[in-house]
Amino acid sequence: MLSGLAILSGVLVITRKNPVHSALALILTLLSFAGLYLMLYAPFVAGVQIILYVGGIMVLFLFVIMLVNLERSQKEKSFNQQWIAGVLAAICLGALFISIYTRGSSLVLRSEVQFSELTNTQDVGQMLYSNYLLPFEIASLLLLVAIVGAVVMAKKRI
Amino acid sequence: MVPITTLHYLVVAAALFVLGVIGVLTRRNVVIVLMSVELILNAVNLNLVAFSRLWGLHGQVFAIFVITDAAAEAAVGLGILIAFFRNKETVNVDEVDLLKW
Repeated sequence: MLSGLAILSGVLVITRKNPVHSALALILTLLSFAGLYLMLYAPFVAGVQIILYVGGIMVLFLFVIMLVNLERSQKEKSFNQQWIAGVLAAICLGALFISIYTRGSSLVLRSEVQFSELTNTQDVGQMLYSNYLLPFEIASLLLLVAIVGAVVMAKKRI
Repeated sequence: MVPITTLHYLVVAAALFVLGVIGVLTRRNVVIVLMSVELILNAVNLNLVAFSRLWGLHGQVFAIFVITDAAAEAAVGLGILIAFFRNKETVNVDEVDLLKW
């Protein structure tokens, strides 16, 4: 049911004319993805998803929509002329994924790793600070660069 | 009642990925194009977490890294959008031709 909700609101995201409606549908998609993460025994990722995506990125999107919103843009065509390329790419990717679905089941392991749900956050933190210490630091550097870049580009004069 | 396997999650992620690709290729509003990119990144995240069910916690750590990258990408993309909107008063992808000569 969560998957159905995710796909349905995903369709809404790319078909609505009004960008605010798209943003609301995207929030629904992200929330159902958080539910899916909970079903996959990943409570920390689900929490990060809700806090960062739904709380952070979507506020940013809505803010920019309000800043940039044009009455004119709703009267224009909302799809461009490249829909042939879009449909073609969709067909190719869809065929790829269907082939994965039909004969990819042998690639997937049957056994599941059982890890405890209670210490999930602890385990993820341990792994971030031991195995993935260098990528962690690089991610912090990336965020710093992104902050500086966003501030510079949103300044009054470039 | 069929038990939900990894394959089902993969199919959901694939569907969201295709939706995102269609959105990127066909919409004209830059904001919605960025939202479609978020959809694609979320599909990748779902794949990573679904496989972390089989291979251990590494997938979840990578999903967190991908979320971080998505946040940085959204901030920079929207910054570019604001700077562009201030110059040309439009948010359509077709009319972004500052680098064309």
